[in-house]
Amino acid sequence: MNRWLPFEWIAAVRFLREGRLQTAFIIGGISIGVGVIVFMSAMLAGMEANFIKRVLTSQPQIQLLTPDQVARPLRKAAGEIEDAVVQRPSQRVISIDQWPKIRTQMLAMPEVTAVSPTITGSALAIRGDASRAVTLTGIEPDTYFNIVKVPDYIVSGGARLTSEDIIIGTELAKNLGATVGDKLNLQAASSANRVLTISGLVDFGNKGANQRVAFIALRTGQSLLGMIGGVTTIDMTIKDIYAAETIARRIQAATVVEADSWIATNAQFYTAVQAQIYTNTLIRLFVGLSVAFGIAAVLIVSVIQRSKEIGILRAMGTSRGQILRVFLLQGGLLGFVGSLFGATMGALALIYWHAVARQADGSEFFPLILERNLFIYTAVLATVTGLLAATAPAVRAAKLDPVVAIRG
Amino acid sequence: MADEILRLERVCKTYNVGLPSEVEVLHDIDLELAHGEFLALMGPSGSGKSTLLNIVGLLDRPTSGRLLIKGRDTGLLGDNELTHLRGHTIGFVFQHHLLISAFTARENIMMPMLADRGFPSAEIAARADHLLAEVGLERFGNNLANNMSGGQQQRVAVARALAMNPDLVLADEPTGNLDSKSADAVFELMRRVNRESGTSFLLVTHNLDLARRCDRIIEVVDGRIAQH
Repeated sequence: MNRWLPFEWIAAVRFLREGRLQTAFIIGGISIGVGVIVFMSAMLAGMEANFIKRVLTSQPQIQLLTPDQVARPLRKAAGEIEDAVVQRPSQRVISIDQWPKIRTQMLAMPEVTAVSPTITGSALAIRGDASRAVTLTGIEPDTYFNIVKVPDYIVSGGARLTSEDIIIGTELAKNLGATVGDKLNLQAASSANRVLTISGLVDFGNKGANQRVAFIALRTGQSLLGMIGGVTTIDMTIKDIYAAETIARRIQAATVVEADSWIATNAQFYTAVQAQIYTNTLIRLFVGLSVAFGIAAVLIVSVIQRSKEIGILRAMGTSRGQILRVFLLQGGLLGFVGSLFGATMGALALIYWHAVARQADGSEFFPLILERNLFIYTAVLATVTGLLAATAPAVRAAKLDPVVAIRG
Repeated sequence: MADEILRLERVCKTYNVGLPSEVEVLHDIDLELAHGEFLALMGPSGSGKSTLLNIVGLLDRPTSGRLLIKGRDTGLLGDNELTHLRGHTIGFVFQHHLLISAFTARENIMMPMLADRGFPSAEIAARADHLLAEVGLERFGNNLANNMSGGQQQRVAVARALAMNPDLVLADEPTGNLDSKSADAVFELMRRVNRESGTSFLLVTHNLDLARRCDRIIEVVDGRIAQH
């Protein structure tokens, strides 16, 4: 006997060791449960990170726009409307009023990590006989690339964007028969036109986007769209992506602009992410509950099996508190040891699945994220679950009447 | 009396009090046991011997009457105080030896000391080895309880009962499941401990030959002391 170990610990370990088969089965059960939790948590966290990365690196998290222009009914006098029918006016592309000031305000917010003004509008891309409608986005590359990771999506050429350059989508390039280094004639609705050189091709993994997207320098965009010194949107990224909607509402309340968050503009995607998080939580909860009931069942059987021994321990001076701790420790130990095996099983399954599972394009299905914290939390959670599950059997053991227990 | 280890005054025990199945098992029991006395308790099955032993062993409480151990009225003690008094004053030997199967013979003997002190120590191990030698089982110290004969297990149980150096050992038919040779050896062991250390013994037995070798015999019949 190790002289540093207390009586309760020695008794708990011996009881577990003596019921080897029982102990092995319940540790097996706990390990599978913990393994499922580790595997699912890590895989779903990886998939979520992947989805988020795909969506949020190809669009801003918050976008500030000019508010819709509205027509007001003409009033003759107080409470008297001259024309009751008001037609919605066409929305002219106009600049955000005092946008440099708003940009400064946004940069001062602690939640905001990047701010970039852009100008967007429609144009016609012409090359030879071919022409296609495109969505022009005039950007400041230095700040914009912190928000939309255009360089990450470049498949040909580079992310260079001088006043003479244009980056277009791969589908658009294919439709126009153009490639990097070719010239492209851009014609705006106002008939202004400009010849630019294709510096790079981007693939956002979305055919529709790849058919329309065209990035040019902010100043080039301003002159082409006839809005010198103006911007139509201010794009932003923030620290907590799930706080986007709240922050957007705050900005809208405090400024003259309209603020759209990625949550509002990608409602379906956001719902899917939330559903995934809820599903993951529910699965973990139910697996955890089944593990807890397994531990409790085994310990209740153990208390019944050992009732005579509990009685004899009580007769020889062991207190109710000591008996309680002996069985609580057994629960905690089962949870802890099970979590070690389970975490190892989960990690190995994850490594295997990561190596085998591939998306349609051959890229990884999910990034392999094996965070130390996940293992620490799982071990702590499993141990606490074991202790909680052992409470009922331990109280039952402590309350055993020694006379009845010894008589059997 | 100053040299009394045990005194029962008009002790009654009733089960299922207030229910239709209420039954009084012990009626007005008066009993004293002196320091160093070896007392045999006899009586037919169901006469209340085991109930009396459980009350004396502080495993059960009397319904009425007083139980004094070393002059202390146990009716005034709480559960923790009773547990402490039991651990330090009383040793138990049961008919079915009831060793803890997960532990070796030595560890079983160490158990009461371990429960009392909390942690193992060289002193506790030495005491267990000494007691193993006393009961002639020094070579079997590392045997698991289940790997020993009934007689050997009962000797280990006697050694365990003596671990805390108790003033009183309560033995509930300790030889009931043993062959006559083993039964004799276990009885002689207890008698020797009684003579050498002055430990009092209260022995429940159906064996008249063993009872006659005790200092005194009392008989319990229908929950009453029939004769002294």
